[in-house]
Amino acid sequence: MASVTIKQIHKHYDDFHAVKGVSLEIKDKEFVVLVGPSGCGKTTTLRMVAGLETITEGQIMIGPLVVNDLPPMDRDIAMVFQNYALYPHMSVYDNMAFGLKMRKFDKLEIKKRVENAASILGITDHLNRKPRMLSGGQRQRVALGRAIVRNPQVFLFDEPLSNLDAKLRVQMRIEIKKLHQRLSTTSIYVTHDQVEAMTLGDRVVVMKDGLIQQVGEPLELYNAPANKYVAGFIGSPAMNFTTVQVTNEGGVLYASNPAMRIRVPNALAARLGAHAGKQATLGIRPENLHMATGADNADNSLTAIVEVSEQLGSEVILDVKVADGAMVASVEPTVRVKPGEPVKLALDPSGLRFFDAVTETAI
Amino acid sequence: MATTAAPSVDREIIIGKPKWRPLESEGNLAMLLLLPTIALLLMFIAYPFMRGIMLSVTNSKVGVAGDFVGFENFARLLKDPIFHTVVYNTFLYTFVTTVFKLILGLWLALLLNRNFKFKRFVRAFILLPFIVPTVLACFAWKWMFDPTFSVLNWMLFKLGIIASGQGINWLGDGDLAMLSIMIVNIWRGVPFFAISLMAGLQTISPDLGEAAAIDGAKPLQRFWYITWPLLLPVTMVIVLFSVIQTFADFQIVYVMTGGGPANATHLFATYAYQLGVGTGLLSQGAAVSLAMFPLLFGIVIFQLMYIRKVETR
Amino acid sequence: MIEGAAWRRWVFFRFPVAIFLIFLLFPFYWMVITTFRPDGELYIPWYRANYKPLWTWNPTTAHLKYLFGETTFITWLWNTTFIAVVATAISLFCGVLAGYALSRLNFRGAALLGTTIFVTYLVPQTLLFIPLSEIIRTYSLGDTPWSLILTYPTFLIPFCTWLMMGFFKSVPKELEECARIDGATRWRAMLYIIIPVAVPGILSAMIFAFTLSWNEFIYALVFLSSPEQKTVPVGVISELVRGDVFFWGPLMAGALLGSIPVAIAYSFFVEQYVSGMTGAVKG
Repeated sequence: MASVTIKQIHKHYDDFHAVKGVSLEIKDKEFVVLVGPSGCGKTTTLRMVAGLETITEGQIMIGPLVVNDLPPMDRDIAMVFQNYALYPHMSVYDNMAFGLKMRKFDKLEIKKRVENAASILGITDHLNRKPRMLSGGQRQRVALGRAIVRNPQVFLFDEPLSNLDAKLRVQMRIEIKKLHQRLSTTSIYVTHDQVEAMTLGDRVVVMKDGLIQQVGEPLELYNAPANKYVAGFIGSPAMNFTTVQVTNEGGVLYASNPAMRIRVPNALAARLGAHAGKQATLGIRPENLHMATGADNADNSLTAIVEVSEQLGSEVILDVKVADGAMVASVEPTVRVKPGEPVKLALDPSGLRFFDAVTETAI
Repeated sequence: MATTAAPSVDREIIIGKPKWRPLESEGNLAMLLLLPTIALLLMFIAYPFMRGIMLSVTNSKVGVAGDFVGFENFARLLKDPIFHTVVYNTFLYTFVTTVFKLILGLWLALLLNRNFKFKRFVRAFILLPFIVPTVLACFAWKWMFDPTFSVLNWMLFKLGIIASGQGINWLGDGDLAMLSIMIVNIWRGVPFFAISLMAGLQTISPDLGEAAAIDGAKPLQRFWYITWPLLLPVTMVIVLFSVIQTFADFQIVYVMTGGGPANATHLFATYAYQLGVGTGLLSQGAAVSLAMFPLLFGIVIFQLMYIRKVETR
Repeated sequence: MIEGAAWRRWVFFRFPVAIFLIFLLFPFYWMVITTFRPDGELYIPWYRANYKPLWTWNPTTAHLKYLFGETTFITWLWNTTFIAVVATAISLFCGVLAGYALSRLNFRGAALLGTTIFVTYLVPQTLLFIPLSEIIRTYSLGDTPWSLILTYPTFLIPFCTWLMMGFFKSVPKELEECARIDGATRWRAMLYIIIPVAVPGILSAMIFAFTLSWNEFIYALVFLSSPEQKTVPVGVISELVRGDVFFWGPLMAGALLGSIPVAIAYSFFVEQYVSGMTGAVKG
């Protein structure tokens, strides 16, 4: 069983506490993505699982085996690096065969495995070439091939697509997903790109400053973010945040600030009730804002002034100035407004999220 | 949603123990890899260095073990007029040749720092003075400087600069001899400076020069304000290497003048050789050699500090 | 770039470069001419009218014959090459391993060791030759090629180590990490991955060490005494100069032929030599 259990691991570099007590249980065959900004500890955690960094405190298990003291070669893992790390002096075939040669597999078995992996990835024609003759996408495939032939218990990915151009990135993302569907190897994938995280992960782990902010399925993170950070990290364009005062007016909760007075839907009112009379952070995603129509009333709309209108073809992104700040709205592609024009935007009540003004946790 | 997860307690847990691989430890592997080097350097540098110090504080001669005499050898050197000349010569020689090598090397590097036909050939050929065994090249120069048969004198004669009776006594006159060995040293060193500085120049992005040109800077200004400061770190390292080499130079003087005329071209190394091997006064020779060390060390430290200052600017 | 009129190119570029080339290469031309110039023409004072230095119309091989006939020049060539090759091999072996250890391994004392090796480079041969000659005598290594083969690495290794450190540092550490995950021990990762990738650096170190060995003089002068053991520089100076008499013809022949092997070896590795030199300076 190739599960990975990470129990309360810490990593100290001299006086820098990079990973502050991360715990995670990854099931067999699961594809888990660690996502977060640079410096959040995701790569360090991955490298501790790989054995490339020592574990200051805590325990990592692969299957039933505690691997803390095992060197990388004994952990039965394979890793795909950001800049491919292909051995430049060896052909593609030798690159892929290297790990098997080190483990003393016999020649026939090596040939079988390498050719099999090459055909899965579509690089059979390149087996005799050297890495420098290949394009970025092809090199990344070789790196994947190198990992596949070993048939390890766990795949580790360290931002493998960051060096590719945008179009190639989308292509390779799909390749990786198809690969996982085919091979079902337990995988841990590190990236700073939340789109990759959402599309690839069975579960996504959002990290910041060495701590896990939230773990869950992609849709769960999108719909029910545990705190303001996760809410703002997942989804593009990012969620809008604004400070509001929660008031109880005859049993009905309102969230207001100089730009708006929003009626809190009943579903949220229960939890928000405790914050009546206090400040809170209101979050609403750009896709939950639309141009106000006759059907919208003052309870769920706000006025703003257009600053920039970006036409994408499939939608229009409006950057608007609201009384105390700025907001972003993603509206229908037919909207035509000019900078400086005032607009009325309505928000979809089901998209409202509230966060504690101080702790930033979701209410 | 959960940020912590407790593993199921009823699962069997094995603690992974690594195989004993002594060379996996970085410390062990490093020790093994460095062993041959350290052994060789200990045997043939550290040990002789110690013996050199011991020699210099005795009065040994070839074949005769000496007695301990403390700093007598060094005291004698301090009073030795030849030694004074040697110190003066070495510093003068090092300083003047380094300055010229730098200027000429830099000029050549700037000249060659562009793409032109035969660039590779030119670059390969100009390194020849540096590659070829110095002793052999010095013979060619010595023949060129010979008082009776000098081709250089012939050239000056043909150009009308000297008359037939006024041959320049390149190696026979004290000051001229110093000039001659400087010329040979510069000849040998300019390629090293030129090639190394060329590499340094290539690390300076041409965008900087172009931006400056657009801003209105003339070539000389571009050089002074942009190229030179960026080149300074590399230049200092090159100068450091060259100074060490030149200070301890032996071959050029040995072949061309043997230290004469009248000690005018004696350097530390040649004087040490003359005393230690020539006249067999081992201890005195060792003392001269050792006297070189603190001075060299001082120059190196001074230059390293300067380099550090330049690099962290 | 010298833009503009062609005359500017001539004055500011072609002319200075030509002067430099003449200055740097004339002595070699002089070596060649003198080698083939008969004695009669050789010993004409410069102020005589019949002194025509730049060309000879009666080339002769007499000096070459003298060189090969009256001296053991061939033996010197062999000695020097043998010593250079073995000393280079030893130095490369030590330098590659030491360079790897110092640049890619973390261990206490790495910085100190690196500095120590740098300091040994500062101890010039002219400082050590006196005590070393004593040591060589004591261990009966005097007058054998081994006296040089064992002592040349003292100045070749520090240089090779630096050069290799520079090259090794440019190899990304992911390469090694990947190899270790693939199943290679540190030792095998070094052997199969890092060292092959650093081959250009090894070639640079090799050609540099080879030329430096050929150029070494004072140890060879002091440690070797019999003519059959001598290296080319020592042989030329001791056997072709009798007291105050210089046999200029054979001397120049010896100088020329002694320079050619190194020049040829260098010509095959010019790129490596240049990148080695610049790598050492930038590193």
